[in-house]
Amino acid sequence: MQEIVQYLFSGITTGAVYAVIAVGLSMLYSSTELINFAHGEFVMIGALVMVTLWVHLGLPLPVAVAGAVAAGCVLGIVFERFAIRTARNPEPITLIIITVGAGIFLKGAAMIVWGKDPFSMPSFSSHESIEIFGAALLPQSIWIVTAALVLAGGIHLFLKQTLTGKAMVACAVNKKAAWLSGIPSEKMGILAFGISTGCGAIAGIFIAPITMSSYDMGTILGLKGFCAAMIGGLGSLWGAFAGGLLLGILESLGAGLISSGLKDAIAFVLLLLILYIRPGGLFAAKEAKRF
Amino acid sequence: MTDKNKYIWIEYLIFVCAVSAFGLATKNTYYLQIMTFIGINTLLGLGLNMLMGYTGQVSLGHAAFYGIGAYTTAILSGTYGLNPWLALVCAVAAAVFIAFIVGLPTLRLSGYYLAMGTLGFGMIINIVIREWADLTGGASGFVGIPVLEAGSIVFMSGASYYFLVWGIVLVAMIICRRLLASRMGRALRAIHDGENAAVAIGVNTHLLKLQIFMFSAALGAVAGFLYAHFVLFISPGSFGFMFSIKIVTMVVIGGMASVWGALLGAAVLTLLPEVLHGFAEYEMIIFGLILMLVMIFMPQGLTQGIMDMIRTARRAKS
Amino acid sequence: MKQKHLVLAMLVTILSMLLVSGAVAADVYKIGGIFSVTGRASFLGDPEKKTMEMMVEQINAAGGIDGHMLEAVIYDSEGDPAKAVSAVNKLIHKDQVIAIIGPSTTPTTLAIVNFTKRAKVPLISCAAGIKITTPVDPWVFKTAQSDLLAVTAVYQQMKAVGIKKIGILTVSNAYGESGKKQLLSQAEKFGIQVILNESFGAKDTDTTPQLAKIKAAGPDAIVCWGTNPGPAVVAKNAKQLKIDIPLYQSHGVGSPKFIELAGDSANGNILPTGKILVTSLLDDSDPQKKMLEDYQKAYKNKYSGNVSGFGGYAFDAVNLLAGALKGSGGDKEKIRDNLEDTKGYVGATGEFNFTTQDHNGLSPAAFVMVEIQDGTWTLLK
Repeated sequence: MQEIVQYLFSGITTGAVYAVIAVGLSMLYSSTELINFAHGEFVMIGALVMVTLWVHLGLPLPVAVAGAVAAGCVLGIVFERFAIRTARNPEPITLIIITVGAGIFLKGAAMIVWGKDPFSMPSFSSHESIEIFGAALLPQSIWIVTAALVLAGGIHLFLKQTLTGKAMVACAVNKKAAWLSGIPSEKMGILAFGISTGCGAIAGIFIAPITMSSYDMGTILGLKGFCAAMIGGLGSLWGAFAGGLLLGILESLGAGLISSGLKDAIAFVLLLLILYIRPGGLFAAKEAKRF
Repeated sequence: MTDKNKYIWIEYLIFVCAVSAFGLATKNTYYLQIMTFIGINTLLGLGLNMLMGYTGQVSLGHAAFYGIGAYTTAILSGTYGLNPWLALVCAVAAAVFIAFIVGLPTLRLSGYYLAMGTLGFGMIINIVIREWADLTGGASGFVGIPVLEAGSIVFMSGASYYFLVWGIVLVAMIICRRLLASRMGRALRAIHDGENAAVAIGVNTHLLKLQIFMFSAALGAVAGFLYAHFVLFISPGSFGFMFSIKIVTMVVIGGMASVWGALLGAAVLTLLPEVLHGFAEYEMIIFGLILMLVMIFMPQGLTQGIMDMIRTARRAKS
Repeated sequence: MKQKHLVLAMLVTILSMLLVSGAVAADVYKIGGIFSVTGRASFLGDPEKKTMEMMVEQINAAGGIDGHMLEAVIYDSEGDPAKAVSAVNKLIHKDQVIAIIGPSTTPTTLAIVNFTKRAKVPLISCAAGIKITTPVDPWVFKTAQSDLLAVTAVYQQMKAVGIKKIGILTVSNAYGESGKKQLLSQAEKFGIQVILNESFGAKDTDTTPQLAKIKAAGPDAIVCWGTNPGPAVVAKNAKQLKIDIPLYQSHGVGSPKFIELAGDSANGNILPTGKILVTSLLDDSDPQKKMLEDYQKAYKNKYSGNVSGFGGYAFDAVNLLAGALKGSGGDKEKIRDNLEDTKGYVGATGEFNFTTQDHNGLSPAAFVMVEIQDGTWTLLK
């Protein structure tokens, strides 16, 4: 019985990781109808830049965090300008492959800049685990869950309450109409990308203490993040948050109760199930939109 | 014979002559082996090319069919001693069957959703191959795949395998061309030009997409069969997400709705690492860059893109 | 029609790129190397490649072998069996090498042995898999200790301290799988019972479910079999879960990187390793000590990094090959025969004695058991 509590806690930890990645991904989709298959690599960039700034250069924590987030945002904006906006043929098939290519490019660049070895990073607060109901919970996990909540909540408020946010949503619904009503849709696109990749970088920063950061950490995290976002429903921020937690918990329970070898498959099986049964995701519209 | 048909047969003739000349003239096994790999990759590209170019679907898990083909023949002919040629039939049947099960529900979705579906399916197959160690040898790989034989000919690396692979490539190309020229082909082009219109005039788009998906799976399985009996050792690492992306890159570079494009894409992608041997560290960056640049500036593939460039240059001159 | 012309033209251009070949000096001994310099096994391939290059330089500076200079042609397999096959064909048919060292991993090795066997080119692999040299093939040798020996070393130590029940946690890749097989098959011989076996992915960020499950089953010790960074995550998680039974690792983490990654959770971990990691702690009378110190000094001078056990595999392979090249005149049969006759070569990994039945040549003495204390290695008696 005690193990089940531990599985739950582990599940919440991993789930929070997936959630914070999925939120950034979903956010981009809800503002630009685009899925960024390179999102996982921005997570990696956030983590590795953080390692360089905080661990290797010894800058103070807030400065390092700001630096890593800035790196993510800037890269995202550059990516949007040169890769997305210049695309001659912005069909979904084209954009998917562009983002996939960008992901590979970033991974290769990271391999050259940071090398192939993994890096370790200390936790933000203590790294003694807290004992609750006989199971151990890491303080860093609480940081991650908080970050996911703040991000989801913050972006939600931004999109619903501020004028800029509402303008971004308008662009997503219909770019031309938004432009006609005076919204600078190009600037909105840039902003959306910047925020999304910034979120990705934040995810990397918070994750780094509990995982090992390396140039290839982004691929599988990005993939699982997608699964989480799809499970919750693309475009729904709270869906992404819930989807991430759900995925983490199910993975953990699966590993503990059934088989640890097939743990990775759980995410993709869930993905396929959602696609077959309820493509809009658990928390969004019932049918899959055509886009 | 109409003019068009005559041209097609001339193309085939040139192809056969070029392949045979190379195969007979080159004694160096290294070059023959590279060309053999290009041939196997062409088969993979041909299948995906039909799917991506004509039905507009993206498959990010195509390596799974490659793997299913390879492992089916490895297990049947290696562990159970079945005649490899029979194993080939089983491999193709398995791939087609799985494509049917996966395609039926996913192909009615569109855009990103199919990409994710094929991605998920590809990952699951890879994990299953890796975990079912008793059957597949697991992550350590499958040793002991038998060599192919037909009567007195033994197909080992070198000229014999080269001709075997390219012979099969020729047959596959002919089949693809005939498909495109048939009623099915016309329906495919209708979907390509405008899916809603195609549906409006009564084309059963769902069935068609499913059939093409199954066909591409079959070609992928044949490629896997040829790979397995060539290297005589397979491991799950060769059939993962990165390889699926490589196949997509081949199709993208070569041009999505072009049979020769598959060949070009396969050639470029197989030769690129050979040419970049001194810069192995930069291979990933260059690969990602090529993928991005081609899709940004020449989304119809290199051939079309270069032709367009030449055309605009010519127009600018006059 | 035009499009096809263009395609053909491009194909011809591309093919001509292929036909660029290098000049061959007639009396140079060309030896090939295939290593996973990039990719998931780069912690193996990178030091191996550097070591091979360094040693070829040293040998040439000392006058070569029988007056012939060595030329090393090294390719990167990227840990991918298909690339390794490409590389080996290039080495055999284009570069015409007389022997090949590497590859770094078991799957890449198994992918190429059929080709080297057929071409009758001696191969000295740096990979650990037992399938490489069992059953023995006349043309295939290896220098890395097989997991069989590593597991034997672990179990011997466990038996000595009275451990009876263990839980094992292995990575789901070739290395972890091979370790798992050995752990399961040898347990009974040492009176040990494996009560649970779990696995985790090489890039997993959290292994607490598996560890919690194992902890609940109440074993006397836990064995983790993997290569960095996975085992570091396991060590960290074990500390978080306040697991107080001994945690054993495999020789795959035998490098300073593990201690760096795991931090203080590495303390108390026990593992088998080649003597290269604890050179300074060895008895002066140990035959391997001097050779290891020289290797470490030379490596640090040239590359300003510390050696790991993995570079040692290439170190031994090159030395063994150099020894076999003497008096062979570049004839591959002779090189193979010389290799097989090698006895008593004291290398970085251990003492090698090849026979017709044993192409790995090592004994359990190739391993010492160490425990990590205060962030450094200490020898266990």
